[in-house]
Amino acid sequence: MNNNLKEQVLRSSGVNVLKCMRCGKCSGTCPSYDEMEYHPHQFVYMVEKGDIETLMNSKSIYKCLTCFACVDRCPRNVEPAKVVEAVRLAAIRKQGNNHLIADSIPEMLDEDLPQQAIVTAFRKYTK
Amino acid sequence: MNTFTYYPGCTLRTKAKDLDTYARSSAEALGITLEEPENWQCCGGAYTTAKDEIATKLSAVRTLNAAKEAGRPLVTVCSACHNVIKQTNYDISKDEEMAAKVNNYLKLDEPYTGETTVYHYLEMLRDVVGFDNLKKQVVNPFKGKKIAAYYGCLLLRPSKALAMDDPENPTIIEDFIKAIGGTPVIYAQRNECCGGYITMEDKAQASKRSSKVMDSAKEQGADMIITACPLCLYNLKKNSGSDLPVYYFTELLAEALGLKEANNE
Repeated sequence: MNNNLKEQVLRSSGVNVLKCMRCGKCSGTCPSYDEMEYHPHQFVYMVEKGDIETLMNSKSIYKCLTCFACVDRCPRNVEPAKVVEAVRLAAIRKQGNNHLIADSIPEMLDEDLPQQAIVTAFRKYTK
Repeated sequence: MNTFTYYPGCTLRTKAKDLDTYARSSAEALGITLEEPENWQCCGGAYTTAKDEIATKLSAVRTLNAAKEAGRPLVTVCSACHNVIKQTNYDISKDEEMAAKVNNYLKLDEPYTGETTVYHYLEMLRDVVGFDNLKKQVVNPFKGKKIAAYYGCLLLRPSKALAMDDPENPTIIEDFIKAIGGTPVIYAQRNECCGGYITMEDKAQASKRSSKVMDSAKEQGADMIITACPLCLYNLKKNSGSDLPVYYFTELLAEALGLKEANNE
């Protein structure tokens, strides 16, 4: 339990995790469910418990597509994607913890890859 | 004459020129003037929902403020730009703390607090031109063509900020397809994510998502699929392994209006 990190994630996300009624609809609708070790409903629950570092160290934070399906479909308006975003930011803001570095971009390019993919990935994976 | 401030965004000037040029020529033919603001910046591609992220939201506010200063509504075509700009505009109008922080950074002549009206190009067609009027100007209708509308995630969600259409049962692109003489195809995956930027991180996941979308459209008998997003187009074309043709909706619009050589084969 890390109260500083929990406080940071709650403030950054603006989410009230206590509103969650554990219906699991967010995870049921998540297009990245199969790729995630921790699923959207678990992010909400684990942040409530203050178990933030486990999430920060999991690859799951890089699997969210920011498609807002869980945000729109949550019957309690918990907005789980905002929790995932806040945990990912807490992770990549740490010194030396950028998930995508500019030097690795050239080998990812192909002639059709839109700029949009690159700028979005940087916004999501790098500080 | 209707004049809009038009924000193309980074990709429309480079890899998605078709999305841009057909949007411009079609607008002109429909009596709409698009004015591009000077020195616009990239929107950033994705809206950061975190409340302690301010700098990443400033470029969208600069665009919104340029439209406000020009006294015009703002129109965008790219789904991602549209999503970022609409979410920024929604939050800055509802969240006083965010508005205060943004304005402390920008030091504009007059603070920006969400005054600009933002349209997606499709909304402009529906709400300003009108699909009935559009239909009257169609010279090359897509007769007998089964066209699948791909909304993806960015056009519709989060629905309270985007406010474009019903997020689960949207009709705006289907109505557009009818206006240009085609037959819309409804399929399960039309408002699910294509994989987006995960193509940079995990090709297998991008391939899984985009093939689900394409297979779903094909199973319902689609001849082609249309999108407003360069990254959706990329994923659907390059990562899905499907042979279903993918086009920007503006290309079909220009073709229907006779602005492009007809190749309705």
